[in-house]
Amino acid sequence: MSEKKVAVYRREHFNAAHRLYNADWSFEQNQTVFGKCNNPNFHGHNYELIVKVTGVPDVKTGYVMDMKHLSDLIQEQVVEKFDHKNLNLDTDAFKTLNPTAENIAIVIYDLLLPHIPQQNDLQVRLYETPRNFVEYPAS
Amino acid sequence: MVYLTRIEHFNAAHRLYNPNWTDEQNEQVFGKCANQNWHGHNYELLVTIRGEADPDTGFFFDVKQLSQLIHTHVIDALDHKNLNLDVPFLKGKMCSTENLAIAIWDRLAPHLPAGVALHCVKLYETPRIYVEYFGN
Repeated sequence: MSEKKVAVYRREHFNAAHRLYNADWSFEQNQTVFGKCNNPNFHGHNYELIVKVTGVPDVKTGYVMDMKHLSDLIQEQVVEKFDHKNLNLDTDAFKTLNPTAENIAIVIYDLLLPHIPQQNDLQVRLYETPRNFVEYPAS
Repeated sequence: MVYLTRIEHFNAAHRLYNPNWTDEQNEQVFGKCANQNWHGHNYELLVTIRGEADPDTGFFFDVKQLSQLIHTHVIDALDHKNLNLDVPFLKGKMCSTENLAIAIWDRLAPHLPAGVALHCVKLYETPRIYVEYFGN
């Protein structure tokens, strides 16, 4: 039996508004640290999400994970919650947590992990813009 | 005749919403784009100008100058802004990609010198959705 690990990836996307600020700081402090990302009326992004699942292909199916199932999972757990939403105002996850790309990636990981087969590893890559992206866990 | 394109980008929040309609009508026409707390995009803007290359320089307009024009008149007003609330030249307009492209054209056209014509404003709202405006 093969024990060769393979990584499979599913790409999804969502569009959302957000604002970066720390509620414990003055407007000026927030402006100094977060600059134009602190705009009180929000700004927004096309987020591009790549979910990586690593594991040994199942001997019966040849799959690490059924990609349709992975896509449905991302839609239910992530896209339906975040797409065309205001991350600060419309989501439970960012009521108090600053919706930086870093924190969004961690939240997405935590939302998906319980639904990923235990023998597989999960990694999330999130593009906030075509030029800025983060990965969690860091590898 | 040569066509020259400069690509710029900005990130903004917006909402598609007609204030003369009920929430239900807006929801029906604009769906999730009517979300009252906004959503947002990475907009990619391609501005194409048209002219004859100067025999001495080989170009018809300094592309750095074109970039500065776009920044001064468009990007500075739109980047990291709420298109519905923060942008004076969009006040009272529906913030669709179509209208945004027309508004960008109107901002840029008066600042181009004689011999340089604005040819096209192409605006990507997402990597999969874009509009083009040719000035009429």
